[in-house]
Amino acid sequence: MRRSRTVTHAPDGEFGPDLAEVFGPRQSDGGPELVQLLTPEGERVRHPEFDREFSAEELRGFYRDMVLTRRIDTESTALQRHGELGIWAQLLGQEAAQIGSGRALRPQDFAFPTYREHGVAWCRGLDPLKLLGLFRGVDQGSWDAQEHHFGNYTIVIGAQTLHATGYAMGVQRDGAVGTGDPDRDAAVIAYFGDGASSQGDVNEAFIFAASYNAPVVFFCQNNQWAISEPIERQTRIPLYQRALGFGFPGVRVDGNDVMATYAVTQAALQRAREGSGPTFVEAYTYRMGAHTTTDDPTRYRLSDDVENWKLKDPIARLEAYLRRNGLVEDGFTDHVAAEAAELGERLRAGCKQLADPEPLSVFDHVYADLPPELAEQRDGYAAYLASFEGAQA
Amino acid sequence: MEKSSYPLTSDITRLRCATPPRKLRLLLSLKSTLSLTLCILPFDLADYQISQTITMASLQMAALLSAPSTPVASDRVRVGSLRLSASSSSASRNGCALVVRSEAKVSGGGVSARGANLVTHVVAEKAAAAATSADSKPGHELLLFEALREGLDEEMERDPTVCVMGEDVGHYGGSYKVTKGLATKYGDLRVLDTPIAENSFTGMGIGSAMTGLRPVVEGMNMGFLLLAYNQISNNCGMLHYTSGGQFKIPIVIRGPGGVGRQLGAEHSQRLESYFQSIPGLQMVACSTPYNAKGLMKAAIRSENPVVLFEHVLLYNLKERIPDEEYVLSLEEAEMVRPGEHVTILTYSRMRYHVMQAAKTLVNKGYDPEVIDIRSLKPFDLYTIGNSIKKTHRVLIVEECMRTGGIGASLRSAIIDNFWDYLDAPILCLSSQDVPTPYAGTLENWTVVQPEQIVAAVEQLCK
Repeated sequence: MRRSRTVTHAPDGEFGPDLAEVFGPRQSDGGPELVQLLTPEGERVRHPEFDREFSAEELRGFYRDMVLTRRIDTESTALQRHGELGIWAQLLGQEAAQIGSGRALRPQDFAFPTYREHGVAWCRGLDPLKLLGLFRGVDQGSWDAQEHHFGNYTIVIGAQTLHATGYAMGVQRDGAVGTGDPDRDAAVIAYFGDGASSQGDVNEAFIFAASYNAPVVFFCQNNQWAISEPIERQTRIPLYQRALGFGFPGVRVDGNDVMATYAVTQAALQRAREGSGPTFVEAYTYRMGAHTTTDDPTRYRLSDDVENWKLKDPIARLEAYLRRNGLVEDGFTDHVAAEAAELGERLRAGCKQLADPEPLSVFDHVYADLPPELAEQRDGYAAYLASFEGAQA
Repeated sequence: MEKSSYPLTSDITRLRCATPPRKLRLLLSLKSTLSLTLCILPFDLADYQISQTITMASLQMAALLSAPSTPVASDRVRVGSLRLSASSSSASRNGCALVVRSEAKVSGGGVSARGANLVTHVVAEKAAAAATSADSKPGHELLLFEALREGLDEEMERDPTVCVMGEDVGHYGGSYKVTKGLATKYGDLRVLDTPIAENSFTGMGIGSAMTGLRPVVEGMNMGFLLLAYNQISNNCGMLHYTSGGQFKIPIVIRGPGGVGRQLGAEHSQRLESYFQSIPGLQMVACSTPYNAKGLMKAAIRSENPVVLFEHVLLYNLKERIPDEEYVLSLEEAEMVRPGEHVTILTYSRMRYHVMQAAKTLVNKGYDPEVIDIRSLKPFDLYTIGNSIKKTHRVLIVEECMRTGGIGASLRSAIIDNFWDYLDAPILCLSSQDVPTPYAGTLENWTVVQPEQIVAAVEQLCK
């Protein structure tokens, strides 16, 4: 048996050959292949491959979506701090990634979220109170996934990419790919994070998607952190480059640029709908808040880092662009702010009114058909509950 | 790994009762005035080249510590490139084990070649500020997660092959702070942050155990280790057998499990239920700071793969534990409350629900005997059997679901071995066969509550 030597640290932080020599130095600005159409200062830039024109309506729509999404996020965080929610996963900083990709979806496309895609939920027409219901624990996720084409939130990391791939294979076999009919051709989008990209499930999903040419877009929001583990712990190369190894294209887009995210996701979804198979889209963004309300990011990251990314805020840059181009002369931003305030009020009031679940409901939905043994357990339990003084009949 | 220099452990390696042995402590403090021994870490001196400096430093320390009962302020003895100091808190704790700790931080700039010429700083422990008020009582108070950390820290010092791996264990210090500060002390290879791939890092831990390391793999939540079930079952549990005894897997797999406060169904699982069938595994569950530290140390020293179940809700329990080193037995149950009327067998968090029920029961005139079984695989049938022979009535209280839980197996084992001693059928209180709800009130309803335990005992003793 080889005697182990205790080496207590990695020499110079490297575990192997210097990959910087192979792939170029790591860039905190996302690197030269980052697709961007709107700079952090709000200047419009061109891209040879993924450019498109945006109407004023579209841009004002993005602005409104992002402001309201951010409002949902801050209200919910506050509600959690007040004890109204058990927990909340904040998306602060990732609004553009979610609105940009969410608005690129057609009604017949299907989205598989994680537990942070409140912006995509907004795009899919979900009432945000339904998200609150989940995090408050009054239900297991009360929206109909089929109605909204938006899956249930899941805290099992990465497994939803397999679900998405399977669903996409089903869409293929339903003949809804490559027909040329824009109302019929459908794609699937799977959301996951940089941390999840290390999970076996996610890599297996890539393999299957490639092997079966499934119409799925793997949308990775690389927000640089998996709780306390930085992206360097998950990968030595930019995440989008992994896709090539699996056999499909990968693109890195500025996740704080709603225009670019929209353009890139739309292109990827269109590829899938046409039958050209999967695409990996890495939205390069930053988790400005904590992992969830139980996390304290000051324990493991520098505030300098966060300050830097504040300068790249998705909403600020779009607002700057809109102002500079005279697209919000009509008091539009005030109007949106008022709408956000109203939404906030509605959420606060609505959250407290959500009805608590009944105790016996723990036995509902364990099985589709309740087996006799569990029914017995439930009956015994009902009798136990009734035995308490003051119990309702 | 035999440690020749710890003078006290030979006295107290096996503790058979729940409370720290007062008599032993008296004996030890007597011993301390007669001789002072320095305990030195088993560095590989050829690698670290500090033998001379340690010897020098230890002589100086011996002089400084000639009166062990006087609390020594955190002295810093500069010896070349090392700073050595007495752990002031340990000196004031009445114990005589002076531990020279090494902080494996690289001094100054980077290190040129991997593993060569590592300069290790030996730094002082933080002065125990509260030592004065606690001086009157022996031992020191800490929380359960700190006890786990202390046990882990002591074992990592004692044996350089002990290492930790898991998600967020390094610089974050662990999601439940069990590894807090260890990465700074031992370096980020020995306390390794892994990518989010449970199957992979558990496999990595098993592989490292096969080749001579003693890894402690942390599952951030035991439920996540379901992703590593293949590794745990086929490799961890079975490799010793399938390799004809050639590969030992002295791994510890640990993490919080059980029903917490609104963690959701997937994060509230009782993995002891799922793992208990795996041949080759040992399983223990800690429930107090005292047994947490003792079981952690025992698990690390064991040559078998051990799964150490902690509970999400017990990490902040506070208790006074001995200053002296101690290691508990992995196969023993703990007598929590002796009694005559009924044997209540439980473990982990349910121990506290049982003890709460016991208060009510005592008021009602019952005398329950409460045993924290601690060893989930194998069961301590000796302690359990003795109890049943006395009381003839058994109640099992567990957090597992009714089907296939620890209770189910325990019931079976009791019937096989002690049938003749039973005056009544064995009662088992478990959770229902339902996923744990996220809603707080519903979640409470799926966990056995003290009122149910009281009712069950009354029923048993009718």
